[in-house]
Amino acid sequence: MTATGPAAKSLPLILARELASNLSTPMFVLDGEGTLVFFNDAAELILGKAHSEVGEISGLQLGEMLELRDEHDAPMRRRDSPAGVAFYQRRPEHRTVRVKMFDGTHRLVEATAYPLFGAGDMLHGVVTVFWPINGTSS
Amino acid sequence: MRIRVWGCRGSLAAPGASTVRYGGNTSCVAVELESGDVLVLDAGTGMRPLGVELEQEPRAEMHVLLSHLHLDHVQGLGFFRPLFRPDAHVHIWGPASPVQSLADRLAIYLSPPLFPVRLADIPARITFHDGPGNEVTIGSATIRAGGVTHQGPTIGWRIEEHGRVLAYLPDHEPVIGVDLESLADDWLSGYDIAHHADVLLHDAQYGDEEYPRHVGWGHSCIEHVTGFARRAHAANLVMFHHDPYHTDDDLELLLDVARKTAGDHVEHICLAHEGMTIDLDAAGTRFVA
Repeated sequence: MTATGPAAKSLPLILARELASNLSTPMFVLDGEGTLVFFNDAAELILGKAHSEVGEISGLQLGEMLELRDEHDAPMRRRDSPAGVAFYQRRPEHRTVRVKMFDGTHRLVEATAYPLFGAGDMLHGVVTVFWPINGTSS
Repeated sequence: MRIRVWGCRGSLAAPGASTVRYGGNTSCVAVELESGDVLVLDAGTGMRPLGVELEQEPRAEMHVLLSHLHLDHVQGLGFFRPLFRPDAHVHIWGPASPVQSLADRLAIYLSPPLFPVRLADIPARITFHDGPGNEVTIGSATIRAGGVTHQGPTIGWRIEEHGRVLAYLPDHEPVIGVDLESLADDWLSGYDIAHHADVLLHDAQYGDEEYPRHVGWGHSCIEHVTGFARRAHAANLVMFHHDPYHTDDDLELLLDVARKTAGDHVEHICLAHEGMTIDLDAAGTRFVA
């Protein structure tokens, strides 16, 4: 017999999730449509919610949760964030950003995002890693 | 379709008295379609005797579907008689790579000093294809490939004929450092290839107690293969890619463990063996040898 299965995640995304699952560094995985499809336990400490609780949400919704600002505390457009640059400009980006923690405080973090290219330069998604800067909550 | 196993050993050919029941040749499975077309899954050392048999009734065209290019899956190419017949047209399908074409990668093996005959000097006409993400029709079947977790570019194959499905994932570690049960179906490597397969030929290289020493090597333990088959709703699980260090007796112990682990969740579990023949058609699935 045959049956239609769910739309499978691509292998680069599956491998990115497995990597994220085994890291203690906050890591977010967006798919090729810009949807947040996974974040690890360490990232849960930023959002205050588990991935199983949040499910898949749009990059826009993620941006609203994090309220990203630049290092001078000016609002940051989503497309200027490291993940936005990686997604829209298809290149890696690293910069200091201020994120809103789940408890309402803000924290400076170093953020690195890079696109996941597969065969034929197909964009499978974007991975963003946050590197906390100690003692910067406000 | 009629499925016949010509080699089911993993990693390295392992001939000898202790492997005679299940066989020592590396991965090679022939699938004869109702249309008469022949698909050859992988080109391990089992491809040599398959080629001898195919030459009894020479075919103008055939398809070789490679899962990946590790030596145990390509070593038989240099001994596959149809490739040495100028009037043969052999299509070779395999995983895409961002670095080199399929032909260039195979030529690394099929050239001196590893092999005396260069790929370019093989008499048959060869056409290379990247494994298709979308369905492609060959004779009376459709085939589709999907990337799976292993070392290096690797694909599994789904072959469907008249609603019956064979899934072939000879080298596959479905999860690494993650609980398989914690993943939704769409996050499970290989699920899209194997779901609701009537016959699933799947990597079963390690015992569960061996696996911790081989995490990330790209192969399954018993817990993996039974869990994956259950999650994929595979009706018949054929344990494949036997470890070269496992004797026939070792394999039968692993089969016992697999059956206990799977419980009633998988209809039928068995060990692949050379000569195993499975008919898969409108009447159902029949293990005929």
